[in-house]
Amino acid sequence: MIDKRVATAEAALADVTDGMTIMIGGFGAAGQPAELIDALIRRGARDLTIVNNNAGNADFGLALLLKERRVRKIVCSFPRQVDSWHFDKLYKEKAIELELVPQGNLAERIRAAGSGIGAFFTPTGYGTQLAEGKETREIDGRHYVLEYPIHADFALIKADRADRWGNLTYRKTARNFGPIMAAAARCTVAQVRRFEPLGAIDPEAVVTPGIFVQRIVEIDVADPKSRAQAEA
Amino acid sequence: MKKYSRDEMAARVARDIPEGSYVNLGIGLPTLVANHLPKDREIILHTENGLLGMGPAPQPGEEDPDLMNAGKQPVTELPGASFFHHADSFAMMRGGHLDFCVLGAFQVSATGDLANWHTGAPDAIPAVGGAMDLAIGAKNVYVMMEHTTKSGESKIVPKCTYPLTGVGCVSRIFTDLAVIDVTPAGLALVDMVEGLSFEDLQRVTGVPLRR
Repeated sequence: MIDKRVATAEAALADVTDGMTIMIGGFGAAGQPAELIDALIRRGARDLTIVNNNAGNADFGLALLLKERRVRKIVCSFPRQVDSWHFDKLYKEKAIELELVPQGNLAERIRAAGSGIGAFFTPTGYGTQLAEGKETREIDGRHYVLEYPIHADFALIKADRADRWGNLTYRKTARNFGPIMAAAARCTVAQVRRFEPLGAIDPEAVVTPGIFVQRIVEIDVADPKSRAQAEA
Repeated sequence: MKKYSRDEMAARVARDIPEGSYVNLGIGLPTLVANHLPKDREIILHTENGLLGMGPAPQPGEEDPDLMNAGKQPVTELPGASFFHHADSFAMMRGGHLDFCVLGAFQVSATGDLANWHTGAPDAIPAVGGAMDLAIGAKNVYVMMEHTTKSGESKIVPKCTYPLTGVGCVSRIFTDLAVIDVTPAGLALVDMVEGLSFEDLQRVTGVPLRR
């Protein structure tokens, strides 16, 4: 029987080790798997490369991972925000490496990794600092930059509902990077609000098919008992 | 002569967005355009974090942390809205499906180069977000900015001195003084605020304008 359910966030991340590349879903706080990140902090892995759209907000989730100095390098599109003080401090101390990627190139590089694409030509960034040193090509009169996929050891994402096969639904704009990161990582862990019996999710409503998901953890953020259990 | 206020600029931009358009409004000043879209036009707003059919800010107490715009402010979904993941969202831009985007700018060049993401200062933390994708992706790129810097220098320049966001991508420039088209033959005046002469406008514009 296929059962991807894992009892706790910590158990779902037991084999994360130093130096891994980890994708973390979310756009700001929406869709950020904060409880999985808390478990990652407790797990203690260091020297990580993190792929996320941002570089943490306030004293929450990814920002805390940065504060604990577990991140060697961050790949993101928009690190500087009013509440990114933990990243700002590390960046000014030169204690973190930043690879800045235009947001659509970031998304497409993640998508390419999950889709088995070796590289792709994109018009975004052509003629700018962010394309310096990169291969370019003119195709049908338009200029393009060659970009490579971003693979990861783990993807930590947040979804809404899941069945034991790992089929996922999302909620509103919390979907953002979840579906593409799920496909791009060797091991995808999804924290979901609710487990459903197999067959309870309409196949037409499944956004991420279970083939892209290896582990699921039920954490109802609104329910303190569920959070405590997930952290046990 | 009276300069356009921020809201008057936004209203002037809104006038040039036709019925049936798919539109992305950038963070900051362009966000104001939403408040001025004519009520009798059906215009669909795109936000790159994954929503088409974005509505206005929710009533206090109705905010949903899973329903945000690209500026990470709470928004609402209109009837007919759809959600999608990031690769699809940027396919809408890069694939040329979006009719208009409205972006802020530090500088626009005579040939429509755009600089709006980074001052290039050595101590500045760079952040680009979706600016480069929007700049080259939307069918029409509208720029909305003050005509001059605080110290009075033209933000319309022969060649951008700030790092570029996109090359030759701007279609139309809306400032607090004038509306200017980027054409293959150079910059062409569309209209300007009341009481301003062409000569006075030319004097504060770093690039020759055609009437």
